[in-house]
Amino acid sequence: MIFAEQLTKSYRTKTEEVKALLSVDLNIPKGEMFGVIGPDGAGKTSLFRILTTLLLADSGTAVINGLDVVKDYAKIRQQIGYMPGRFSLYQDLTVEENLQFFATIFNTTIEENYSLIKDIYEQIAPFKDRRAGQLSGGMKQKLALSCALIHRPEVLFLDEPTTGVDAVSRKEFWQMLQKLKSDGLTILVSTPYMDEAEQCDRIALIQEGKILMNNTPENVKASFSDPLFAIRSNKMYQLLHDLRDDHLVQAAHIFGEDIHISSEVINQQVIIDALQAKGHTQIQLKQINPSIEDVFIKLLMHTESHEQHS
Amino acid sequence: MNNIANNQREVVISATNLTKQFGDFIATNAISFEVYKGEIFGFLGANGAGKTTAMKMLCGLSTPSRGSATVAGFDVSTESEKIKKNIGYMSQKFSLYEDLTVTENIRFYAGIYGLSIPVIKEKTAALLQQLNMESQKNVLVKALPLGWKQKLAFSIAIIHDPAVVFLDEPTGGVDPITRREFWEMIYSAANRGTTAFVTTHYMDEAEYCNRISIMVDGKIEALGTPSDLKKEFNSATMDDVFLKLARNAKRIGD
Repeated sequence: MIFAEQLTKSYRTKTEEVKALLSVDLNIPKGEMFGVIGPDGAGKTSLFRILTTLLLADSGTAVINGLDVVKDYAKIRQQIGYMPGRFSLYQDLTVEENLQFFATIFNTTIEENYSLIKDIYEQIAPFKDRRAGQLSGGMKQKLALSCALIHRPEVLFLDEPTTGVDAVSRKEFWQMLQKLKSDGLTILVSTPYMDEAEQCDRIALIQEGKILMNNTPENVKASFSDPLFAIRSNKMYQLLHDLRDDHLVQAAHIFGEDIHISSEVINQQVIIDALQAKGHTQIQLKQINPSIEDVFIKLLMHTESHEQHS
Repeated sequence: MNNIANNQREVVISATNLTKQFGDFIATNAISFEVYKGEIFGFLGANGAGKTTAMKMLCGLSTPSRGSATVAGFDVSTESEKIKKNIGYMSQKFSLYEDLTVTENIRFYAGIYGLSIPVIKEKTAALLQQLNMESQKNVLVKALPLGWKQKLAFSIAIIHDPAVVFLDEPTGGVDPITRREFWEMIYSAANRGTTAFVTTHYMDEAEYCNRISIMVDGKIEALGTPSDLKKEFNSATMDDVFLKLARNAKRIGD
């Protein structure tokens, strides 16, 4: 349904050339929910804009539903829904007027496709006379999703739909996406948040324009081959430095309340003894399963740029 | 990350029944809590829960309708100017002037906080070295990668060694490694005695705090370490704790 081969895009500024995408390949079958996971500036938005026919790649090809993004852009636009990262509805139109507007542009009516958006739109219907600019973050997202769906697209592109949205709205939003997926839509969604990645069928980890890994969440996690432990003690800040300075492990990163440590071999007793000798008490050490974030960190540690500035 | 020394704990922020009412609407409803020196305190709530209003009062930008609070020993109602001198503030949305260079931003903020020229010079050199940004010192801030901007913004927010630094959703949208480098800077500042007050609605940021409070409809409904809260609400993750509390919210986030 979504196919990309060797997509490359760079932007020229006065002083330098910024590579936004470097030879990106994608192959997403119909009905899949595919996540693009990466930080700001990784190239996610450039990828979305090329696939939605809004930006031309420097080289490479992309095909959506059998249509070429350059030659067949007009046809593609009829078949896709796009929710850009920046809220892009008309702030001074009401909720209902916005929906009406997008329906009209696509030569359809709200009534004709209401079944598809019913569950989502009902949640914001009590505010249908309110101007879009006056809505909360969560409700803006629901309206934007309704507008992106009103012409019954086959593919949905969502660029960071939950950035700046609170945890409850975020959860509700992903429930809606799961529902749309079960209705047969193909969904490409980007997010900087690893917990959302878990909900996708497949994910691509992207950094500095390159896809570092492309697989199911399970296989991404399984690719972390070294033993991984979570450790804590009574002096956490000191613990981080002791683990690193004494080279007790190959990698030590703070992870919420714990520090995650990994090495090819982890001898628990050696680590505990060394830390006790340094005055740590209440040491807790337990083996854990890697998360997507653990894998991402490990991949990033191997990229050049981070070796330079860390 | 827990870093609590259990000996005597100096209170740096203290709120007692702190309330802000706009007409009939009680944005912040009689909240009471204490935050200690060198603590990283997470201040959570859904959109519209009253976080921003509460934080404005603590920063001396808004006068409480009822109740009281002290920050760094000063009363928020009567000594707001003194509070402003003793706190730092950073948010992801706005922190630095994009059209000023790195050095100009440092000089500007240090000047606002009343540091003398020799001290500014000394602090600037130390800060650039610490951030490994000496070669970028004359670069416009808008040309820096987001992660560097955030690290610079945080360093500038604490350039006057404030008692408390307020961080408003500090690490949204940065890569996992830069995020960790950033939190290590916060831990380091906390280790030197600066208290960090972090507002966020991202649970993964919350997990890095020593203690967390969760606001629902203007009230603090839960307060404790991330581990304690997970136990109390019988949840595996902070996300779950938050959802259990915030699902009961009556207010529409506006």
